[in-house]
Amino acid sequence: MTTAAAAAPRGGFGYRHPRARLVGLLGAPMAWLVVVYLGSLAALFLTAFWTVDGFTGAVVRTFTLDNFIDVFTTPAYLQVMVRTIGIAISVTLLCLVLAVPVAYFMARVAPHRWQPLLVAMILTPLWASYLVKVYAWRAMLNPESGVIAWFLQPLGLGGPGFGAVGIIITLTYLWLPYMVLPVYAGFSRLPNSMLDASADLGARSWRTFRSVIVPMIFPSIVAGSIFTFSLSLGDYITAQIVGGKTQMLGNVVQQNYVTNLPFAAAFATIPVIIVLIYLAAVRRSGALENL
Amino acid sequence: MTTSRGTKIALSIFAAITFAFVYIPLMIVIINSFNSGRTLGWPPEGFSTQWWAKAIDNEGVRNALVTSVILALVATAIALVLGTLASLALSRFTFFGQDSVSLLIILPIALPGIVTGIALNNVFTSYLGGLTFTTLIVGHTTFCIVVVYNNALARLRRMGVNLEDASSDLGAGPFTTFRLVTFPLMRSALIAGGVLAFGLSFDEIIVTTFTAGPGITTLPIWIYQNLFRPNQAPIVNVVAAALVLISIVPVYIAQKLSSDDERGAGVM
Amino acid sequence: MHRSRLLTLAVATSAAALVLTACGGGSDDAGGDAGAAPGGEAFAGPVGDGEGALSVLAWPGYAEDGSTDPAADWVTPFEEATGCQVDVKVFGTSDEAVKLMQGGGYDVVSASGDASLRLIYGDNVQPINMDLVPNYADIFPDLKDKSHNTVNGVSYGVPHGRGANLLVWDKNTAGEDVDSWSIMFEEDSPVAGGVGPYDSPIYIADAAVYLMATQPDLGITDPYALDQEQFDAAIELLKKQKGLVSEYWSDYNKQIEAVTAGTMTGATSWQVLVNYYPENIGSTKAKEGATGWSDTWMIAKDTPNLNCAYKWLDWIASPEINAQAAEWFGEAPANSKACDLTADPEHCANYHAGDPAYWEDVYYWNTPTEACLDGRTDVKCVPYAEWSKAWSELRS
Repeated sequence: MTTAAAAAPRGGFGYRHPRARLVGLLGAPMAWLVVVYLGSLAALFLTAFWTVDGFTGAVVRTFTLDNFIDVFTTPAYLQVMVRTIGIAISVTLLCLVLAVPVAYFMARVAPHRWQPLLVAMILTPLWASYLVKVYAWRAMLNPESGVIAWFLQPLGLGGPGFGAVGIIITLTYLWLPYMVLPVYAGFSRLPNSMLDASADLGARSWRTFRSVIVPMIFPSIVAGSIFTFSLSLGDYITAQIVGGKTQMLGNVVQQNYVTNLPFAAAFATIPVIIVLIYLAAVRRSGALENL
Repeated sequence: MTTSRGTKIALSIFAAITFAFVYIPLMIVIINSFNSGRTLGWPPEGFSTQWWAKAIDNEGVRNALVTSVILALVATAIALVLGTLASLALSRFTFFGQDSVSLLIILPIALPGIVTGIALNNVFTSYLGGLTFTTLIVGHTTFCIVVVYNNALARLRRMGVNLEDASSDLGAGPFTTFRLVTFPLMRSALIAGGVLAFGLSFDEIIVTTFTAGPGITTLPIWIYQNLFRPNQAPIVNVVAAALVLISIVPVYIAQKLSSDDERGAGVM
Repeated sequence: MHRSRLLTLAVATSAAALVLTACGGGSDDAGGDAGAAPGGEAFAGPVGDGEGALSVLAWPGYAEDGSTDPAADWVTPFEEATGCQVDVKVFGTSDEAVKLMQGGGYDVVSASGDASLRLIYGDNVQPINMDLVPNYADIFPDLKDKSHNTVNGVSYGVPHGRGANLLVWDKNTAGEDVDSWSIMFEEDSPVAGGVGPYDSPIYIADAAVYLMATQPDLGITDPYALDQEQFDAAIELLKKQKGLVSEYWSDYNKQIEAVTAGTMTGATSWQVLVNYYPENIGSTKAKEGATGWSDTWMIAKDTPNLNCAYKWLDWIASPEINAQAAEWFGEAPANSKACDLTADPEHCANYHAGDPAYWEDVYYWNTPTEACLDGRTDVKCVPYAEWSKAWSELRS
């Protein structure tokens, strides 16, 4: 894949034998990613065309399309797909709604000397253990002994409890920093002069925001959304802990991985395809450079 | 600036609420670790530090911590080498298939962990004789490469090639140029990338579940196994609280590094 | 090397299918006629010095090393006595155990009846030479030579203990007197919205047990031998049940947390969990009968720690240790002499260890096969692969 038509060597590394040097640099990482990673994905995809022994559950290598047919014709599975995509989109939108004002506040409203602190405050939860955070949300959401229920009960209200809403809140919580940080970086990069120019030309704040700022930070938003969307799409532990009986794509894959690996493999291709489509769609926006 | 006073106040309030949303659950974790009761319940039954003492004595936690640290160090070290090589190739050369290569590098983090997990698990158990500590390292390294790569690449692009050109004009070979010019300039970005990779590996649960050999317990696995265990729940609370408090350290390092550089570095 | 293992596996599984079809699987006692036994030859012995390590795959509570409760520790004394350093990995469902055994790396496993046959025919475990397990002599006779631990007269494991899946309920919600699974299945249930079924395909059998009592017309006699019509009825019941469910559990810790917090108010449970529950949680073996388990310690086929594995099997079957383990988990011990050694002298009586009548309406987990396990030959039964598919669909 790296047929090095090594053109225009830049920097000290390219002067002599550029092609050999490129191979030297790329060889090891590519060997790792192609052999270990793509190789494994290919093997998994191949497994999706096999079947299992009905008794022992061991993989039997006979070709069949049944797994894919099952995945795409069983209403329950289509439902779980739709639900998962819906959750992933909701999480992304919620993250966006929260992140844009916060990032704007951090970059443009808060005093300049606060900025390192504010970034640190966004980063810290990213470093706290994933499980700990999901677990904390179980403590928050528990309909009997949860913090939310405890606050809402005197008002005669019930909390969202465990279920799809609980999953969306928890995932939004988990992935919010992944959206705030790139958007914040995007806002920080905006030159003041451009905003001033827009204002000088008579644009009101909203108009400036819409026609100047939004297009400039769009790649950052997309970069953030890659994380919020794809991390939500594949998550299954959150659903296990705060989902009640609600399941996501990942749960189906995880369960079938145990009893029917080929079917799990077929099911796992769905999030892969969705993410690949998403990446292909956003590639042009320059978002991948903003990751 | 064009932001009106009213908008500013509204934005400040909104940001304050969001930060509350971010921090309240973490506070609950810390408060819960001092709860004298045994289960995860609100409001806490009473104040006690006994669980902290018990957690420090707990051998399972200590072993899991050591395992996680070793794993994260090894995975980070390999990822640093591979990520740096890849970033040099992609920033200093133009070649056919460059886009595909960059896509391939970010793929392990864009695809769901469970896909990476069962894909590696399938290969290791069906073709390569089973899971071990090595397979776990392989799994972790795969998704750590991208964070090192991203940090290094951003730095290399900002650095430009002038200094490297000057170095080779003065007769330095590529290795000398790397050692004396490129590497020193990349160092802080590599540390930031390394810290991130370490953190990612340290916290990873899904890929770990599918690639860890028998008997290997990392800290997240330990937490997961003990999360709801009645006798262990208070100790899990303590470990959780400790992790929240410790998480300030890498953030501090990353901040220190990125204030030397430009804002937003180390963002991933 | 791997190729040859796969080939053996393919041969073994097809042989298994033949054997099963031929036997009809009907009798509880294993068929004694000749035939290739999977898993190769049993270890001839003698058991020598330990290899220094043992990887144990166990149900939670079966191999305690004091980390859950310092009082429950029969792993450390084993390590001290044999020099075999033990690593314990617990699993939540039989499917998980089978998967982990297929992945390799474990030396011994505590397998329930719905896993043991899959392991035997999947060539993951080896026959056991009972002459090398002296304590086997004291195992209750009605646990030996059963269809789930013995094939063609060859034993594949040492029984550990047995128990029934219990019904637990919150007395504040459902009252004191609950004796029927109906609170988990019927729409007018007082615990609607708080039902907690076990999250595994084998739970379909629990629905079948309830149908045996409530819809005798279906003619179910063995909850693991369901023809298509019976199976569909069970799935229908489970779909209806889904509306009442708060959470499905397979992580036993999750159930403890949910029941204690009061979000799960009617559930299927195990005695080991019931031990944690406060006063307001009732538990019983429901009047319709119950599914249950009879577990067996087995040795992985390609274990490098064979001596340690045999030492473990004998250790766990010894009266003292079997008493500790059974009492900790809350089940009937397998060793008859264990009953004199339990901390609670009434333990064996409470768990009906030597009371065959009690076990009559306890249906031990088994692996459903196409050849009906209840001996019917006029219909085909729904095999386990279909059970797991249906379960996955139901849960989605």
